[in-house]
Amino acid sequence: MTAVAGAGSRAARPRDPFLPRPFVVRRHRQDTRDTWTLVLEPVDGVPMPFAAGQFTMMQAFGAGEAPISISGDPARPAVLEHTIRNVGAVTRALVHAAPGAELGIRGPFGTGWEVSSGRGGDVVFVAGGIGLAPLRPAVLEVCADRASYGRVLLLYGARTPEDILFGDDLRRWAADHAVDVQVTVDNGQHAWQGRVGLVTQLVERGGFDAVNTLALVCGPEVMMRYAAMALRARGVPPARLRLSMERNMKCGVGLCGHCQLREYFLCVDGPVLTYDVLEPLMARAEL
Amino acid sequence: MQTIAEYLPQHPFFAGLPEPLVALVAGCAVNVHFHPGQHLFHEGEPADTFYVIRHGRVSLEVHAPAGSPVVVDSAHADDVVGWSWLVPPYRWLFDARATEETSAIAFDGACLRDKCDTDPAVGYAMLQRVVQVMSTRLHSARIRLLDVYGAPV
Ligand SMILES: Cc1cc2nc3c(=O)[nH]c(=O)nc-3n(C[C@H](O)[C@H](O)[C@H](O)COP(=O)(O)OP(=O)(O)OC[C@H]3O[C@@H](n4cnc5c(N)ncnc54)[C@H](O)[C@@H]3O)c2cc1C
Ligand code: FES
Repeated sequence: MTAVAGAGSRAARPRDPFLPRPFVVRRHRQDTRDTWTLVLEPVDGVPMPFAAGQFTMMQAFGAGEAPISISGDPARPAVLEHTIRNVGAVTRALVHAAPGAELGIRGPFGTGWEVSSGRGGDVVFVAGGIGLAPLRPAVLEVCADRASYGRVLLLYGARTPEDILFGDDLRRWAADHAVDVQVTVDNGQHAWQGRVGLVTQLVERGGFDAVNTLALVCGPEVMMRYAAMALRARGVPPARLRLSMERNMKCGVGLCGHCQLREYFLCVDGPVLTYDVLEPLMARAEL
Repeated sequence: MQTIAEYLPQHPFFAGLPEPLVALVAGCAVNVHFHPGQHLFHEGEPADTFYVIRHGRVSLEVHAPAGSPVVVDSAHADDVVGWSWLVPPYRWLFDARATEETSAIAFDGACLRDKCDTDPAVGYAMLQRVVQVMSTRLHSARIRLLDVYGAPV
């Protein structure tokens, strides 16, 4: 697989892919107890077009760099949105970057979801945890062209009700764009009135025309493995099933080898790959 | 509204069950309705019922030693609730509480057990279906032990 045609813009990209472009944090929103969304604007005012599913290398000066997917709207490339879970030194520095702070951005990198290839059929988004963030641009793209798609399902599993991301978006997508949003949590307290169980159970319930469905899956790898198995069991063809593989990355441009998955460099061949490519690789424990 | 005997063959739990057997088990069933917050049953009580959910949502809850109950699973339209009616000592292992307006078909456990004992074809068919539900719940509980959403994306 190669990078998505048309993704990124030559004019907007620095010639040296290792040179970060300065961006200013315009807004800073805490989504859940450990996750924040940053809205950034380029200091030079030049937009950074991107394809849904692509990521950037975000640099908190002095702390380091981390690959983070773009969670914003591909139709609004003038602002760059990133949703970040605070798990370590770099992400801690990123989520604490207050409005006005400057961050360095390289990218956009990698392949996208290629949502438009699903036109004319049903679309099933399967998200686990913060995996909803890299899917958000794809959902927005479908909503913007809703009439071109059949049934659209968003199946979202989170650890607890407090970990559910983008609550306002979920309600809006359901109400305004006829997206069948189904949320389930792993662990609900008494007050939680919604579903409890695995996101794979939502897949098993169906509600989509499997052979004519584009299924896009993003979440922790173990969740994606079971979700992909459930989608295959329902009959989604492996070539129409895409996963975002988020392994360790360093350079983002296919040079350092950190992200290698057998013959694939996930930073350029991925992170989005189809399941016909991934199935034999995911079952291998040592990869 | 459809009669119970008309409705059951459309329910995934009873899919493939020969029509005479459907009619036989339907003889043990009544329609029931629960308002949000109402309990279908409580942990430790005699398990004398088996529910097929038609509409709504039911949460299965366990009382932790301290604090409020934890919801361990939920059941929805097309699901079934309860297998304790089939397994001695026939006592509920969970609380089940409706979290929405819920319509269900309630089967009398003693009546069903009686039919299963009398006719091995009914017994085997019911056992196959109940074991399928138990297996799905066990599989999902095991995967959840992996804390699938806990690791960083
Ligand atoms: C293509 C891609 C897209 C990503 N998109 C997002 C996103 O949208 N939002 C987000 O919050 N995170 C995203 N991540 C994960 C993010 O890059 C890591 O969480 C981050 O690099 C951790 O850096 P740290 O220094 O803060 O933590 P560290 O101190 O390095 O590590 C803390 C924990 O995170 C794990 N970890 C470290 N690096 C990675 C990595 N690259 N991938 C997975 N786990 C890692 C470590 O094993 C450890 O358990 C993405 C990763 C990739 C490869
Ligand atoms: S991150 Fe360096 S080769 Fe992919």
